[in-house]
Amino acid sequence: MSAATGGYYIPHEAKWPIVGSIALFILFMGLGSWLNGSDVGKMVFFAGVALLVFMMFGWFGVVIKESETGTYNPQVDQSFRLCMMWFIFSEVMFFGAFFGALFYARTFSGPWLGGEGGGGADVTNAVLWQGFDYVWPSNGPEAVGGKFKPMGWFGLPLINTLLLLSSGFTCTMAHHAIKDGLRKKMVWWLAATCLLGFTFVGFQALEYYEAYVHYNLQLGSGIYGSTFFMLTGFHGFHVTMGAVILLVVMFRGMKGHFTAENHFAFEAAAWYWHFVDVVWLGLFVFVYLF
Amino acid sequence: MSYSDNTHGDTHHGDHDDHGPAPGLMRWVTTTNHKDIGTLYLWFSLLMFFIGGAMALIIRAELGAPGIQFVDPMFFNSMTTMHAIVMIFGVVMPAFVGLANWMIPMMIGAPDMALPRLNNWSFWIMPFAFTIMLSTLFMDSGGPAGGWTLYPPLVLQMGDSFAYVIFAIHFMGISSVMGSINIVATIFNMRPPGMTLMHMPMFVWTWLITAFLLVATIPVFAGAVTMLLTDRFFDTSFFSAAGGGDPVMFQHIFWFFGHPEVYILILPAFGIVSSIIPTFARKPLFGYDSMVYATASIAFLSFIVWAHHMFTTGMPLAAELFFMFSTMMISVPTGVKVFNWVSTMWRGSMSFETPMLFAIGFVIMFTIGGLSGLMLAITPADIQYHDTYFVVAHFHYVLVPGAIYSLMAATYYWIPKWTGNMYDETLGKWHFWISTIFVNVLFFPMHFVGLAGMPRRIPDYSLQFADWNFVATIGAFGFGFSQLLFVYIIVKCVKGGEKATGEVWEGARGLEWTVDSPAPYHTFETAPVINESTLTR
Repeated sequence: MSAATGGYYIPHEAKWPIVGSIALFILFMGLGSWLNGSDVGKMVFFAGVALLVFMMFGWFGVVIKESETGTYNPQVDQSFRLCMMWFIFSEVMFFGAFFGALFYARTFSGPWLGGEGGGGADVTNAVLWQGFDYVWPSNGPEAVGGKFKPMGWFGLPLINTLLLLSSGFTCTMAHHAIKDGLRKKMVWWLAATCLLGFTFVGFQALEYYEAYVHYNLQLGSGIYGSTFFMLTGFHGFHVTMGAVILLVVMFRGMKGHFTAENHFAFEAAAWYWHFVDVVWLGLFVFVYLF
Repeated sequence: MSYSDNTHGDTHHGDHDDHGPAPGLMRWVTTTNHKDIGTLYLWFSLLMFFIGGAMALIIRAELGAPGIQFVDPMFFNSMTTMHAIVMIFGVVMPAFVGLANWMIPMMIGAPDMALPRLNNWSFWIMPFAFTIMLSTLFMDSGGPAGGWTLYPPLVLQMGDSFAYVIFAIHFMGISSVMGSINIVATIFNMRPPGMTLMHMPMFVWTWLITAFLLVATIPVFAGAVTMLLTDRFFDTSFFSAAGGGDPVMFQHIFWFFGHPEVYILILPAFGIVSSIIPTFARKPLFGYDSMVYATASIAFLSFIVWAHHMFTTGMPLAAELFFMFSTMMISVPTGVKVFNWVSTMWRGSMSFETPMLFAIGFVIMFTIGGLSGLMLAITPADIQYHDTYFVVAHFHYVLVPGAIYSLMAATYYWIPKWTGNMYDETLGKWHFWISTIFVNVLFFPMHFVGLAGMPRRIPDYSLQFADWNFVATIGAFGFGFSQLLFVYIIVKCVKGGEKATGEVWEGARGLEWTVDSPAPYHTFETAPVINESTLTR
């Protein structure tokens, strides 16, 4: 344990990173061969996932222990904050790629396929797909995946929006509670947040079921299906992760962790939760509404 | 490394209860020390440099004469693809991260990187990621052969290695993002009082901006290759016009990452050269503020020029004009930098040790690459140059005597600090002159064959290109084998040699020169006092 600039904590002999590398190596090799049709690959993939989860328990366990024993000074805390902020920024850019694909397809390549925009687009349309009129939602000139019904904004998506917005509110209430040092109150508000989060995921699953079975709207339904499921799918995955993180924070609160001054794990989880909330608003507007 | 032996006897730990490195191999596996991790990165990239270099020599051997001599076209294409992937993601990026690890904490007076465990993970992903990437060469279907840019639909026709290539890219991306987040956190949070942003060494500034570019663009790349993956395995239509998508869309998303990526490969080089030239000109860096603003401007512009890689793929005229002019604007801040380096040398009391030779070589030859870049920026001209060897000549001039030279300059400049020993100056000078002659013999003729119309990424060519290609191949083997001298000099320096002082270079400024050589295992455990004499400006 180094006493550094004002006692900056520098850990020694980190054992978990190499476990994480091995886990990801197994996971990726397994997934690769699974995608190539090997059943063994599937087993290898899940072994990798299990090892990764084991690593997370181990690594986070060490960090939590250090945090609870007062190893970290405010400067270390600030490092964690910067790290989390920039991690969320990287996530924003990841979603940006998929939003970019959606905008590009809707604004540029779609109309060009329909013959608009000059520069030879009319010729391409006349030669390859004569008579194709581009209208969003589209599954392209060859109607890939067959006729489908697009997902409207009313109903489940609207309910889900309200659920997520309320969860943002309950999350903030939990934050106020811990800032006042009321740990028990925080746990209850967090429980409400997790409940709303998991309900959201449940409704999302229901919506996917509806889409696949009743709307013939699938991942393979052309560019509309691709952008719809990839955007909402990655978002749903992030909501699930966020809810699991909040759940862990809740359990930690029940074990007596966090004080009014020291609760960065909670704040990081809350930032993350607000981030998935904002992404959802973007999705609701650009994927469902317009 | 030799410094480990010395640190055991080092008394710098003072009254702290910490220890030096753990004994044995596990030291390198579990280390959280920024110097150890920097060393690992640097050795890794040196190894990959020879792997990527061997691939380049296979390419040049094949292109030594018209016709097919040694390899079949598929393997040739997988060599060009892998050579690029290895050199970009396995050599230049890890080497810069290694230098960042070694130098940034010492330059700003921090005890270590902000998040040492994460730092360990960032490195230890790399060997595993490259094991996956290189293993694809041994699969039945062969490695990726559609070019490192992975354009669909061609890339979707790759065999079984496709999924592994995508996952290897994801894997490296995790490392890059974690590594750069760590660097940002270190620079923002670990500076002692007095080390204000506008007093940081230029290398730290350029890395701060590079790290921002990495965090902003690597996830976009991850998104792009994820779309490739789902197009191939899960029936999506992102890049299929039949389903309403567009193959050109991949190029837009890819180059939105790809263009900032080329600045990721050069901004730290600017920082290195901005550190070395003032030392050997014995003058402070000319125009520090303008250097910072120029770096930031280049980073900003790098986000709005991406489609100049795609002038021939088809886009509206207005877009072609926009991307042409925005690209040309980059030459303004870049010109500011070149003029600042030259002005730093103006009337300096110059001496020409090996790091300075490489730095001056960088300034001259990088500028040659920059000027051919300006030619390529002109849309109507680019339609002629596109996918010819002129493009190959252009980006190799900015990357080999550019980025790679900066890495060599950095190695010679800081290796006395790392090992405590001076390198062999005579051999270093030989290394510079041999490399510089051969690198020009290698790449300059590519301008000629490119302007004459020789296409890239094809193992055969018309007879009229034969002479200059043969010359380039001679240059390639000369340059490649002269790098063995580089390894010899490094190993010799690690093993021993004339002892270096703490200052190493006469009048060198900056905190890294205030500690002993070799640098103790832990430096600046208590914040150093920052004053006029320890700042680089």
